[in-house]
Amino acid sequence: MTRFLSPLARVQPTVYLVVAGAVFLLVGSLASARFASLTVGGVGVGAAYGSLALALVLIYRATHVINFAQGELAMLTTYVAYQLIQWGLTYWEAFFATLAIAFVLGTAIHVTIIRPVQHRSVIGTVIVTVGLFILIDGIANWKWGGIAYAQLPSPFGFGSWDVGGVPIQHLYVGMFGIVLASVLLVWALFRFTKIGLGMRAAALRPAAASLAGVRVDAMLALGWGFAAVLGAVAALMYEPSQFSGLTPTLMQTALVYAFAAAVLGGLESPAGALVGGLAIGVFLNMLAGYAPQLVSLEVPFAFAALLATLLIKPSGLFGHRQVQRV
Amino acid sequence: MRKQLPALGSVAIVAAVLSVLPFVLSDYNVYLGAEVGVFFIAVLGLNILTGYTGQISIGHGAFMAIGAYVTAVMSRDHQTNLVLTMLVAFAACFVIGLLVGLPALRLSGVSLALATFALAVSVPQLPLQWSNYLGGSLGVQASSKPSSLLGISMPGVAALSNRWIYGVAWAASALLFGMAWLILRGRVGRAFRAVRDSEIAAVASGVELGLYKTLAFGISAAYAGVAGSLFVMASNGFAQSQDFLVVLSLQLLIGAAVAGLGSLWGILVGAAFVGLLPKISTSVPLVGSDNGRDIVYGLLVILVMLVLPGGFAGLLARLRSLTRDLNRESIPVKLR
Repeated sequence: MTRFLSPLARVQPTVYLVVAGAVFLLVGSLASARFASLTVGGVGVGAAYGSLALALVLIYRATHVINFAQGELAMLTTYVAYQLIQWGLTYWEAFFATLAIAFVLGTAIHVTIIRPVQHRSVIGTVIVTVGLFILIDGIANWKWGGIAYAQLPSPFGFGSWDVGGVPIQHLYVGMFGIVLASVLLVWALFRFTKIGLGMRAAALRPAAASLAGVRVDAMLALGWGFAAVLGAVAALMYEPSQFSGLTPTLMQTALVYAFAAAVLGGLESPAGALVGGLAIGVFLNMLAGYAPQLVSLEVPFAFAALLATLLIKPSGLFGHRQVQRV
Repeated sequence: MRKQLPALGSVAIVAAVLSVLPFVLSDYNVYLGAEVGVFFIAVLGLNILTGYTGQISIGHGAFMAIGAYVTAVMSRDHQTNLVLTMLVAFAACFVIGLLVGLPALRLSGVSLALATFALAVSVPQLPLQWSNYLGGSLGVQASSKPSSLLGISMPGVAALSNRWIYGVAWAASALLFGMAWLILRGRVGRAFRAVRDSEIAAVASGVELGLYKTLAFGISAAYAGVAGSLFVMASNGFAQSQDFLVVLSLQLLIGAAVAGLGSLWGILVGAAFVGLLPKISTSVPLVGSDNGRDIVYGLLVILVMLVLPGGFAGLLARLRSLTRDLNRESIPVKLR
């Protein structure tokens, strides 16, 4: 039996799992229109979770800490976009200006407050990001918290296509497309450019990279910058899908889902973060659609997914196992 | 014993000052003092786990919530004596802490931070889901019958007045501080520190890793539970889930960091930082009312971590080494 299966066994079991999940969603969508529209919504929102999770993964790979302020930073940049639009920029001008600002912010944060503590202790670095969380929250509340109802215009409108009786909202398709494009861009940057190579080297083997002439600190700072950009994309795409509009708490639950997504995919794996985000997004949307009485338990469910992953397979779906017996 | 004399002396002085304060301060300030006492217990508990055992937790607000709801529900349904509810909160959170500590055995560093963070986010959702029993967003109010609230009587002090809460909170603080000191100075404390400094070395020296890690979680959670129980008494007998959101857990971690991880001597400062700063900094110029708190909070925390990584206790140790009166026991050890 094993010999019979051996050509198949070379394919990672996680690939089967992902393909099986996709097939399940496809078949379900063909069978039920409601299922299909829930899937589309979940994929759209899940892409935003995935993008934020990818930001966490980038920073985890570079500095081996989790940036607890990642969601708040994304929220802040969304307010920056809101402000720019208020000042008369068009949506897409504001979008790209915001990404540039996010990049500068992320880099500056690493240079000023993370670099001095990052070699000291994990706990110390985590506490600094926690301080940053509270600081950004305070700034956003102070500057924009008084606005009764703030909202970004949706770049894709709120219309929908009709595909075989299933309404497919432009919003979700656009979200997915933009997130996918930005993720592919970041991936290409890491894969095909010299700077990307330097960043990977700096994250993987800082000492060796520095001996080979890579400016490790600069590379890590760039990594924080790109993470902030991905976070900004996530928040900018996520905001129009929220009924509550733009609030300082916009990204707080999204951050929990992004944590769950990142852990589910394996904290080390960019592809895993994206797949994890989509899985969490679809799962939560199904939960909200089919079991609305459990809506307060969305966060605990995500928590359970996170904990279960950590306990059953700590390396996540796409991560590599690190063996250390104590 | 002689080596401990300066420590005992300073504890006695602080205790004397704390017991005089309620007779000197205004009623509102006594209330603030009681709040500091609540945070003292929670930060102390967190320090046992994070500072001494090296296990980070961003979820201790969740244990405070559990302690709070235990007290409020017992008082509402059975008019239980409040001291008794504190004991039950202690026991319940100890057990829940052990249970949470079990999966935490397999986690460390960043993963543990994530898991406990998720705990902090999840627990405040539970009362909203089971609103019939846990009161939803309105919360649970402890019984308002004075007889049941008279669990602890102090001559000339009305039950649940600010002075009463101050007395109860600081009596509990003193008791738990003594307990922590006894635990940490002996065999168990040595095992905790061994786990923190190097798990491999600890196992090699015969320390049962699983036992001590879960035990640290249990003790630490139990402390947070008592703090939550007192929190209810300090907030007019109300347990409300919005008081126990993630921010509370973050505040506790900040308190422990400001106090100095791995030392007992800065906890009062850490607790005062967490308990008083929100009240003081609301009058920050330019920033204005409520948001000033968060901005000052965040800036100060980052500053402390950059400039004074050992927290207040680290500062004390540095001063002491300046005066060349080195007391080896209270130097916080660098964490990995």
